[in-house]
Amino acid sequence: MLDFPLWKKLSLWATTLAASLLALPSLVNVAGLDWPAALPSPQVNLGLDLAGGSHLLLEAKAADVRAQRLENMEETVRQLMRNATPRIRIGDVSTAGGELSFILENAADIDRARGLIEPTMQGATTVREWELKVVDGQRIVLSQTEAGVNQAIDDAMDSATEVVRRRIDELGTREPTIIRQGDTRIVVQVPGLQDPEALKALVGQTAQLEFKLVDLDALPTNIQAGIAPPGSEIVPYAPGTPGAGSAIAVKRLGGIRGDNLTGAQAERDPQNGQSVVSIAFDAQGGAKFAKLTTENVGKPFAIILDGQVLSAPNINEPILGGRAQISGSFTPESSNNLAISLRSGALPVPLAVVEERTVGPDLGADSIRKGLIAMGIGSLAVIALMIATYGRFGIYATVALVFNVLMLLGLMALGGFTLSLPGIAGFVITIGAAVDANVLINERIREERARGRKVIAAVETGYKEASRAIFDANLTNLISALALGMFGSGPVRGFAVVLFIGIITSVFTGVTLTRMFVAGWLRKARPNDITI
Amino acid sequence: MKLLKLVPDNTNIQFLKLRVPFFVLSLVLILGSWIAVGVNGLAFGVDFAGGQEVRMTFTGQQTAPIPSLREKIAGLGYGEPVVQEFGAPNQVSIRVALPEGTEDNPDAAKKIGEQVIATVKADYADARVDGNDTVSGKVAGEFRNQAILALLAAMAAVSVYIWVRFEWQFGVGAMFALVHDVSITLGMFALTQWEFSLQIVAAILAIIGYSLNDTIVVYDRIRENLKKFRKMEMGALLDLSVNETLARTVMTSLTLFIALIPLLFFGPPSLFGMVAAITVGLFVGTYSSVYMAGPLLIWMGVTTNSFVPTETGLDKQEKIARGEA
Repeated sequence: MLDFPLWKKLSLWATTLAASLLALPSLVNVAGLDWPAALPSPQVNLGLDLAGGSHLLLEAKAADVRAQRLENMEETVRQLMRNATPRIRIGDVSTAGGELSFILENAADIDRARGLIEPTMQGATTVREWELKVVDGQRIVLSQTEAGVNQAIDDAMDSATEVVRRRIDELGTREPTIIRQGDTRIVVQVPGLQDPEALKALVGQTAQLEFKLVDLDALPTNIQAGIAPPGSEIVPYAPGTPGAGSAIAVKRLGGIRGDNLTGAQAERDPQNGQSVVSIAFDAQGGAKFAKLTTENVGKPFAIILDGQVLSAPNINEPILGGRAQISGSFTPESSNNLAISLRSGALPVPLAVVEERTVGPDLGADSIRKGLIAMGIGSLAVIALMIATYGRFGIYATVALVFNVLMLLGLMALGGFTLSLPGIAGFVITIGAAVDANVLINERIREERARGRKVIAAVETGYKEASRAIFDANLTNLISALALGMFGSGPVRGFAVVLFIGIITSVFTGVTLTRMFVAGWLRKARPNDITI
Repeated sequence: MKLLKLVPDNTNIQFLKLRVPFFVLSLVLILGSWIAVGVNGLAFGVDFAGGQEVRMTFTGQQTAPIPSLREKIAGLGYGEPVVQEFGAPNQVSIRVALPEGTEDNPDAAKKIGEQVIATVKADYADARVDGNDTVSGKVAGEFRNQAILALLAAMAAVSVYIWVRFEWQFGVGAMFALVHDVSITLGMFALTQWEFSLQIVAAILAIIGYSLNDTIVVYDRIRENLKKFRKMEMGALLDLSVNETLARTVMTSLTLFIALIPLLFFGPPSLFGMVAAITVGLFVGTYSSVYMAGPLLIWMGVTTNSFVPTETGLDKQEKIARGEA
């Protein structure tokens, strides 16, 4: 038990010093000094509650993804049927109840229609994304499979995360965290951000730009009543635009989406000084845009952003260059935001903010300072009590405690964990509780000495007998720390991390390290009696 | 050098003599806590209640003008706001419930938050916004479920662990001690109406871990003594075990206590509730491992014969090998 060969001593010291050294960059930083850039510098990240900043939890609605897929499928089917030779005529198209259903005018076309649709039902993966049913020999019903929807949500969330990251990168903030959480959520954390509203405006905008033809046949009274002619839909004007408060009817299909953009720029219209956004299509998008404008010269088309009309100008002439300018009563900020959003791509699914936390920067600095002071006083009190009670053994426990704190900080830095405000409480608890192992051991040594055991035997028994309770006690602590870890992200997670790592390092320093100290001293001094 | 001894050698306090009155006291405290939680309810923060919470510091004043704030914000027409001191006397948290139907509408919440801030700043130029949280009803509900699940899971898991490492009676004893500690901590929050947030749940989970430390140390010694003193009466054996570990119990509780006290009084104000919960839990937990966890063993019929080393498969093989069986 008290036998420490050289290799063991060396490896224990190496472990202790290596882990403790990892704490150095963080300590230097907290002290307000600069860590030399040339040296490796794993640093403890400060949580938002200490650094200040914004936390957003964004959620996509599965229903939106379903509806979007259904609309895409309808468009695909219509195109397939129209382009078939000979053309397959269909009617009574409905998307009610989350299913796409339509009738073939000629029942004999059924196998041809199936043959055309079926290849589109399988996505890039092997998942069967759609279910095709034939009703009464003439009606085709396409319904989305659960697996297909889940796959679509998964894909949408992956690309949404990417889009959000690109948008936030454009803000040029330091070290933002953007991660997917669960099936339909994205966590965004931006430390030190001064203006959380700008962040929200940016990530909250779907930026789905659409160009749709205006349905001139719709009766104004019907539009007002919200009744759209077949094949059209009613879209309201965006607030702030000249048409705000009213709506227009646009053709549901046959428009184009602003997905194929190569660039978007906020500009000022030289003629009237208004803020506008100019966009440039890629080759494919440009061709589509040219076709749409060529075929519909003289008719109005609506520019729709996230389901609201920005404007509905007349197509005076075909637009062939793949460039366009969008105006819509923008402010310089909103035109800039829209340009960023369009550049980084539209969100494949709208995201809603379901949780938002903002912490002012002053509070965090204050918390760190007060936390450090409290930690310092607490540590000194614990150290004084330990030395007064256990003498030499208390000094060993103190050295172990110092290494414990350093190793805990170092391992957190190495693992890239975040120190949160409750994490500071975690540090203090760790300091107060880490010496428990030493208390258990030293009390046991006292007891064994009182029973008349010789020094070496008493120390050996003390370590051996106390180890069992130390092991059990710390294991149950680990269990409750794990239960704490259930709280996904954020401050509480930071607390759990400190407790968890602290339990492990405290057993190492409190039991193993002090045993080495004690063994070394016993070997050298060979005392007949010990003061404990 | 004369060393400090908080608990003199050969201390022999007859703890178990008073086990019935103290047990009754514990039951009364547990029941009282449940009643307090039932009647007063817990002052759920925005984490669990959802809504909009603004935290502010009045940098130019000793104490925050809470009554006047309450009146002004109630005037905004979003119902009765919850305005509480939060940490320091000049810091407040202002919570406004989201109007019906807008629980999941972040823009509505944002607008309310902005209105609250503007209202306060109009009257108090020294008001500094420390934080602004919006939690939708859905997310708050998830936090509630998570918190309940985490608490139950932690209590069950550690009890099962004790059961496996000791005997079932010890597992039940530990579970009972935990219910005691958690109930009383909740009762304190119901009585004081301090804000009950995710942080407090974290504190309770930490209490579960650390209160169990004491229980385990006492149980470990009881187990050891059960094997050592086969003829001893159970009450005396428990007293002996508690007394033998008393120095350690006092010392450990004291080190944690003196580490926490500076944090409670000089630490970040927003940690006050959490640290207060842990400090109270520390005392309650120490008490419960002496007066709940111990006596329960007697009542569940643990006797000095309970730990007669049972014949394991290995022993049996050994005996067979020696031709004894």
